[in-house]
Amino acid sequence: MPDDPRPPAPGRADPPGPPARDEGPALDELAARAEVLVCAGPGGVGKTTTAAAIAVHAALQGRRACVVTIDPAKRLADALGLAALGNEPHLVEGPWPEPGGLWALMLDTKSTFDDLVHRYAGGSAQAEAILANRFYRNISGALSGTQEYMAVEKLYELHETGRFDLVVVDTPPTRQALDFLDAPRRLMRFLDNRIFRLLMMPTRAGLRAVNVATQLFLRTVSRVVGGEVVREALAFFTAFEGMEQGFRERTDRVEALLRSPSTAFVLVATPRAGATAEAAYFAAKLGEAGLGVAAVVENRVFPHFGVPAALLEGKDAPTPAPGGYAALLANAADLDRVATSEDVHIASLVEHTPGAALVRVPFLAEEVHDLDGLVTVARHLFPGAG
Amino acid sequence: MEPRAFCSQSNVVIVAGKGGVGKTTVAATLAVTAARSGLRTLLVDVESTGSLPALFGRSAPLDYRSVTLVPATDGRGAISARAVTPDDALVEYLDDHGLRRVSKRMATTGTLELVATAIPGIKDILVLGKVKQLEQSGPARSQPAGGPGPGTPEPGAGPGPDLIVVDAPAAGHAVTFLTTARGMLDAIGVGPIRAQSADVLELLTDPARCQVLLVTLPEETPVNELVETAFHLEDRAGVKLAPVVVNGLIPPLALPDDAAEAAAAAGVEVSPAVAAALDAAGAFRRRRQDLQAAQVERLAAELPLPQLHLPLLWTSDLGAAEVETLAVALEGAVAGLPATPGIAPDGARREQGGR
Repeated sequence: MPDDPRPPAPGRADPPGPPARDEGPALDELAARAEVLVCAGPGGVGKTTTAAAIAVHAALQGRRACVVTIDPAKRLADALGLAALGNEPHLVEGPWPEPGGLWALMLDTKSTFDDLVHRYAGGSAQAEAILANRFYRNISGALSGTQEYMAVEKLYELHETGRFDLVVVDTPPTRQALDFLDAPRRLMRFLDNRIFRLLMMPTRAGLRAVNVATQLFLRTVSRVVGGEVVREALAFFTAFEGMEQGFRERTDRVEALLRSPSTAFVLVATPRAGATAEAAYFAAKLGEAGLGVAAVVENRVFPHFGVPAALLEGKDAPTPAPGGYAALLANAADLDRVATSEDVHIASLVEHTPGAALVRVPFLAEEVHDLDGLVTVARHLFPGAG
Repeated sequence: MEPRAFCSQSNVVIVAGKGGVGKTTVAATLAVTAARSGLRTLLVDVESTGSLPALFGRSAPLDYRSVTLVPATDGRGAISARAVTPDDALVEYLDDHGLRRVSKRMATTGTLELVATAIPGIKDILVLGKVKQLEQSGPARSQPAGGPGPGTPEPGAGPGPDLIVVDAPAAGHAVTFLTTARGMLDAIGVGPIRAQSADVLELLTDPARCQVLLVTLPEETPVNELVETAFHLEDRAGVKLAPVVVNGLIPPLALPDDAAEAAAAAGVEVSPAVAAALDAAGAFRRRRQDLQAAQVERLAAELPLPQLHLPLLWTSDLGAAEVETLAVALEGAVAGLPATPGIAPDGARREQGGR
């Protein structure tokens, strides 16, 4: 995608975005008050687990919380009963105090898109024509950005039902963090594509309306990728005619929800160079968009054990490994070194997210694949909670 | 196995793995290992995120032109790097096919997005098609597949790189990335894209030209995903899998479980607070060592591929020095592989008279 922004190279300072809030609420306040929480961040940092743990906490506090996950690890999905279910929230059994509860849902991009088509089609004939079109099936399955758009769409839909006090969404592992914010507009741009608008003109104004350059261009496209492809795309855009308005209005409302004061962004990262650079970039982009990061969650943080620095100086693990006391010092020195280097990354991300609350979740001994695991993560996320 | 032999097993190595496992770091490490053994190496970044050049101390993201990251020095091959993105690959493809006049327009009007939607996978074909072209520019590539003949020029003599290391898209997409060519051949009857797909499939399924190296962390979910990806790739893509790299292993260290006692034995006096901190740090490491040992064992049980282990370097900042350290570690791991892994299992089986 030619207009994709690129994350900055590590080391280049981004201008920090304007702080969205002078004094950010702590994460527990967000979980208690917000209606929508969006967990964003680079791939592989634990966004899904964080989103689910926030929802678990809110449910334990008596809120009706729904978590929308994109790509949960299989065991966690099984534990939440997600594997067998469709595109609807499913109540997860747990010790939720009245009226609280935890609902979970694994996003089904295609059925979410199909629902939208049904909603805005001028009738069942139009809807069916679109749903049967191969080009549409590709859009709903493979177009980059569709998953991101459908994640926010689902979020909007769930929020609108009024069934939940809090909807927490885990964003797709995009290679460009911005896709999530940009996806609805990008899809609209795609559906508005100028070339295909021109291509459709013959059906309305006669072939001469298409200028020579466009004809040549389309002939070339057909030559390279085959005429079938162009015909199918044309059929799609013809079938889609008249639905753009509905989609556009919906997109505006989705965006308004993302900008609403009851929505907050939680930036999830790990204190490594690459993840920090990506997360800082995302924070800057949110700032540019007039949105702010309300909280930063640093996952998989190596703990500091508090062994005095004087004892550890020069205590690198020699080879072959020593035994006894020397080994203990070498180990403490190793762990201290990695924790100290992580502090630098955490400090850097804090600098890029003025006003945001910071929570550190340590490198946990056990992987999280059930409700108990999520409760453990929630304890780290909300240390003040009982 | 010698590092040079290891790095010469195929012209292209595609490095793939789940997000966060260190896929880019391993791609850089492999390139440095190859360069240390005298091979001229090209790193190809298909996403151009800037993290690859950062490992060589460069801040600018890669673009479509090749840049030298590390020049050749005595005995070491040069490492160069470039991005290969679908848009750039498409423009070049059209230029090469005499369609220069429309190529610019196609790229700027968003038509690629439309075409890519009409034919999901065309982006992967364009990128891999470009990789194939780069591979063909390497030395002695006119040789038929199946190993270098006696007339093979010395590596380093040809115009192109000896080894191409591709930093693939994050897993999940990696399977699509590598299985697209077959799907395209089934879907498209004629035309240049079909020809391109056939070329790509030929590259991917020839183990002397291309292998896939999967990377994981010694943790449950990454190991599960690696195993799943490995079987998908073998079944559906027909690619040859190189040994898997297990990244970020905490180096084993024997630790006593009572710091106060150990200190006393060493004739040192420590306060109870310090002893407690040392014990906590020791318990943390022991726990992690046990967990990762269990995952390494499980990976070995579930996936019959040799493993190459890379250590955790106790820093979250990786630069040229750390990549060099990892390259040395990779050489050590490679030394533990049998000299000709492609042949040894068959030979062993024959000796035992079959399974």
